[in-house]
Amino acid sequence: MVEVYAFPEFLVDTAWVAEHAKDSHVRIVESDEDALLYEIGHIPGAVKVDWFTMLQDPVRRDFITGPEFAQMCSNLGISNDTTVVFYGDKSNWFATYALWLFDYYGHEHLRIMNGGRAKWEQENRPLVKEVPFYAKTSYTAQEPDQTIRAFRDDVMAHIRVGKPLVDVRSPKEYSGELIHMPNYPQEGATRGGHIPGAQNIPWAQATNESDSTFKSAHDLQQLYQSRGITPDTDIIAYCRIGERSSHTWFVLKYLLGYPRVKNYDGSWTEWGNLVNAPIEK
Amino acid sequence: MNSVNASLPPALQSIIEDFQLSEGREKLELLLQYAEEMPPPPEWLQAKISEREAVPECMTPVFMQADVQDNQMHFYLDVPQSSPTVRGFATLLLKGLDGLSPEEILKIPNDFYLDMGLEQVLTHQRLNGISAILAHMKLLAMKVVTASS
Repeated sequence: MVEVYAFPEFLVDTAWVAEHAKDSHVRIVESDEDALLYEIGHIPGAVKVDWFTMLQDPVRRDFITGPEFAQMCSNLGISNDTTVVFYGDKSNWFATYALWLFDYYGHEHLRIMNGGRAKWEQENRPLVKEVPFYAKTSYTAQEPDQTIRAFRDDVMAHIRVGKPLVDVRSPKEYSGELIHMPNYPQEGATRGGHIPGAQNIPWAQATNESDSTFKSAHDLQQLYQSRGITPDTDIIAYCRIGERSSHTWFVLKYLLGYPRVKNYDGSWTEWGNLVNAPIEK
Repeated sequence: MNSVNASLPPALQSIIEDFQLSEGREKLELLLQYAEEMPPPPEWLQAKISEREAVPECMTPVFMQADVQDNQMHFYLDVPQSSPTVRGFATLLLKGLDGLSPEEILKIPNDFYLDMGLEQVLTHQRLNGISAILAHMKLLAMKVVTASS
C-alpha cells in the first residue's frame, strides 16, 4: 500500500496560499459551481475562471480553442511559467475541472489548494471583494494533450476490449433510476443507466467530509483498487457533463500516479443520447 | 420581448426590465445585489429550518414557507450563503411576487425569466433553479386556493 501521493507537488495547503498568493510567479484561481461565489468574497489576489462563460465555446459543445485559452491566460496575467493554484467550492469539484483544461492545453505548473474554499473559510482566513488586475502576458497554448481526454469513439474502443471505466455519478444516476436530475431536462439524457462495465465510485468518496481535503494515498488506493481500477491499464472516468469526473481524473492521475487516465467530458449527456450506444442498467 | 409581459405583475415586470437593460457581466452583478438583499429569515422560520424541509427540486437546499393575509401571499425563504446565485433568484422572486394573490401567482408564466437574458451568463441548469423556486411558490399558492375553495 502506498503511503504518499505520487505527485504531492500538485497539492498546496491553505497556509501556503496565504503566504504566496501575491508572489509574482503565482496566480490563484477560483473556479466554482456557483457563478457568484467569487463575487461575494475570494482569496486576496485571486482571479476568477468561470467554467461556463470562460472555458466553454458559446456555440459548439466544446471547450475554447488553444488561441482563446492563450488569450484568457494573458488577460488573467498568467504566463507559461506561472504556478497556477486552483481552488473552489464543493470540494474543489470545478477547480479540478479548470485544472484539467489547463493541463489539456499544456500548462506546466498546476496546483490544487487542498480543502478548497470550504477549508479556507473554516480557518477564518480573509476573503475580499476587490478584483485584482494583472498586466497582460504573452501566452502560448500547447497542442491539446489528447492523452487526458476521451471522445465517444475512444470510449467505444475502450469497452470493446473490456478496459475499466469509472462512473463517478450518484448511485441513482448509475442505476438509471434517475434519467436526469429532476427539473433539469436541458442537460439530461433520453436514456438512463451506465456505460457497460463501468464501476460506480461517486467522486466525493475521494474527499474527507470534515474539511473537503483529499483522502490519504492509502485510503484512495484502497477505494479504487478494491473496485478493479488499477494503474496497469487505461482508465476512463465520466459523469454527466465531465466536471465531477475531472475530480476523479485528478485523484487517479496525480495523487495515485496512474499513468493513463482520461476524462470523457461528453459523459452521460452524450452517451445517454447516442443512438445505438450500448447501455447497462 | 414577450407579449405575455403585459400581464406580469408590475414589480416583477420592473425587475425583468432592469435585467434587460444590463449587459453580460452587469446581469450577474445585478443578481448578486439581489442575493445580498435577501432578508434574514424571521425567527419562527429559523426554528423550522432546523427540520430542513428543502425544496426537493433544487440541488441547493432552499427552505420556503408562505402565509396569506387578506388574500395577499407573503413568502419567507432561506438559502445558504454559499449559494449566492440561488439566493439571487429567490430574492428576485420574493420581491417580484410579494403581496400578490394566490391566483395572480398561479398565472405567472413558468418561463418568465427567459426575457431577462440570463442564459448569456448562466447555464440552463442554473437557470432551472429559478423555475424550481417559482414552481414551489405556485405549489404553496395552490394549497391556499384549494384550502379556501
